[in-house]
Amino acid sequence: MILMYFTERPYREVPEDEVIKNRGFFGVPNRFFDREAGSRLYNEYLDEMVYAEDAGFDAIMLNEHHGTPFCMGAVMNVEAAILARITRKAKIVLLGNPLPTFKNPLRIAEELAEIDCISRGRLVPGWVRGAGSESIFNQANPAYNRERFEEAHDLILAAWTRPGPFRWEGKHFNYRFVNPWVTPYQKPHPPIMIPGVLSPETVVWCAKHRYPYLGLGTALPATAELWNIYGDTAANEGYVAGSENFGYLQHVFVAETEEKAQELGKAHLFGGGQGAFSRPEHTLPPGYNSKEATRRLARTMTAGSGGFLGVSSEQLNRAKSNAEPGNLQAVADSTRRRLARGEATIEEARAAIYRSYQKAQDGLQIITGTPKTVIPKIRKILEVLRPGVFGVFQSQGPVSLADRMTSIRLLGQEVLPAVREIGKELGIVDPFERKPGARPYAPGAQRDQLVSLEPLRARA
Amino acid sequence: MAEWTEEIAHVAGTDLAIVKGGQGKPLLILHEELGHPGWMSYHQALAQDHTLVIPIQPGMGRSPKVEQIRTVHELGLFYLWTLRELNLGPIDVLGISFGGWIAAEMASADSKAFRKMVLVAPPGIKPPDGDIMDIFAVTIGTQLNATIYDAEATPEFRKLYGGERTPEQFEAFEEARTETARIAWDPILHNPSLPYFLQGVRGLPTRIIWGREDAVVPVSAAEAYRQALANTDAKVTIFEHCGHRPEIEKGPEFVKLVREFLA
Repeated sequence: MILMYFTERPYREVPEDEVIKNRGFFGVPNRFFDREAGSRLYNEYLDEMVYAEDAGFDAIMLNEHHGTPFCMGAVMNVEAAILARITRKAKIVLLGNPLPTFKNPLRIAEELAEIDCISRGRLVPGWVRGAGSESIFNQANPAYNRERFEEAHDLILAAWTRPGPFRWEGKHFNYRFVNPWVTPYQKPHPPIMIPGVLSPETVVWCAKHRYPYLGLGTALPATAELWNIYGDTAANEGYVAGSENFGYLQHVFVAETEEKAQELGKAHLFGGGQGAFSRPEHTLPPGYNSKEATRRLARTMTAGSGGFLGVSSEQLNRAKSNAEPGNLQAVADSTRRRLARGEATIEEARAAIYRSYQKAQDGLQIITGTPKTVIPKIRKILEVLRPGVFGVFQSQGPVSLADRMTSIRLLGQEVLPAVREIGKELGIVDPFERKPGARPYAPGAQRDQLVSLEPLRARA
Repeated sequence: MAEWTEEIAHVAGTDLAIVKGGQGKPLLILHEELGHPGWMSYHQALAQDHTLVIPIQPGMGRSPKVEQIRTVHELGLFYLWTLRELNLGPIDVLGISFGGWIAAEMASADSKAFRKMVLVAPPGIKPPDGDIMDIFAVTIGTQLNATIYDAEATPEFRKLYGGERTPEQFEAFEEARTETARIAWDPILHNPSLPYFLQGVRGLPTRIIWGREDAVVPVSAAEAYRQALANTDAKVTIFEHCGHRPEIEKGPEFVKLVREFLA
């Protein structure tokens, strides 16, 4: 198994009231940014990554968002370049570069090739369509989001692998002279991994490209359903998908006492947590969703839900997992809508957010505790999803560097060794042990069982 | 007797849904950015002495998307081609909001395609004062509500787009917004070259109609359009206490004005 450390690098000093008032992190006015705090936090995050490597994580993961205190990694490749130099052995996993938002993807090919060379072949680049807010922030036409994603992907792969110079004349990108001097250290190109939040189109695309798909803390039953779609697509493509084709990212926070872990773990929900990433109109600008996704969304809306004129991908996901306790923040969402209409106060909205804490823990959306209490919960997730890559998502919100470092230390000392043992026991193989897509599928054969919902039923 | 019909024409290399109704001289109506709003009172009134021809913009309703149309100017070229194939020129044109922008692009390319032109609060030119609302960064509800100045005083507002807010209508709105975004996302709902090319329009009587309280396209753009159309006879009419939909908010006055202008 590959055990991976991740932090969103949040701007931890943003007043929670401002996030709640804004009904989301995206678009909080930047007058709340303080350069001293920003400077300190960037350096802390780099230190955390080095510490995570020392603590025993195999990989460190970065992501990228724009215009939001939720994540300060607006130019992830800058951080990756620094990590390439100051870490020694950890894989540097980028999940991912938001391809549709780049006006010049050839430059991304160059940046990543540099990072791969500096790190001597430790880069794992990933690609995303970007949240809708990235399209708004970067003036990238959402109606061409998927087309630009696919063409930029093809261009970058070509720039890395096809001998130059050559001309690229596509629908969205045109280059008269593709000949990057620096190509990646890893040949033919670095291994690619794709993160996602339950878009079936993305899962199918991944399976066709034999890229591992990493679920970003998505509800377990819906995630399991999509992984089966991946497995079926893989079989159609002529290969057997296994644990090497999957990864999962999970909020995990560990402290020395249960009491402290419970108190600090709440910070996962700061400002509304991931459910408050952006308002619906920023999450889904016109054309961001495929026609099919829009149709699915339209079907989940019911009269009087308030959904018709302001729906979000969270609502779509919720529709899939409504019956599950992993249904994060339904109450908080409705309170935010009431807040928008002036029917709720900020205090009520905040209370609603934190009321979902226990529920989120019951549904394994948030795992927080001492090493002793978190290990069985992680085991359950591994039993259900069997991911070859397991990522630990550091706490958001106002948690001090010391407490974050303690969590990393305890994870390294007690949790990671146990998780490795569980992985071995369950026969979980990672994408570096077995190349995804390397096992041919014999037509008519039974494909591997990828997921099991049994452990969840046992809980109930 | 049915007031209108919708048929599919094969024109300009594609299928195009066209709503038709009324009797008399043909009047081309180019609809707004959320799609054809349905057969409203102003349609009914104008249909008394005009045959309304309302093409459904490619990519909306039953008109398939035409991938080669990548700008509003190209959409104008598409409609000029359509008019030639349907032998409809020169024709009177009424362009509502986004449809007004399309009509202006058509006039800039071939002003002889039209006999008279009515533009109702079109985007397309960057207003000298205020910004065009970013309709792509708000919910459908916010966009729709922003079009009206006084919803209470405008009963027909609730009947727009069929009235019912069904999942099917949500899909139709999303489809229309997607197509509008596809061709008008950047620059934000305007064409910086349009004012220059509108100076080439001659001999096309034009009426520019706006609501003083328009929250979608600021009223300052009315004068910008008039100035750009300096080489033809262009006049501006501004309705007071009126938002982005004079045709709905000031129905009778609007119809009277248009009918007299087109007479």
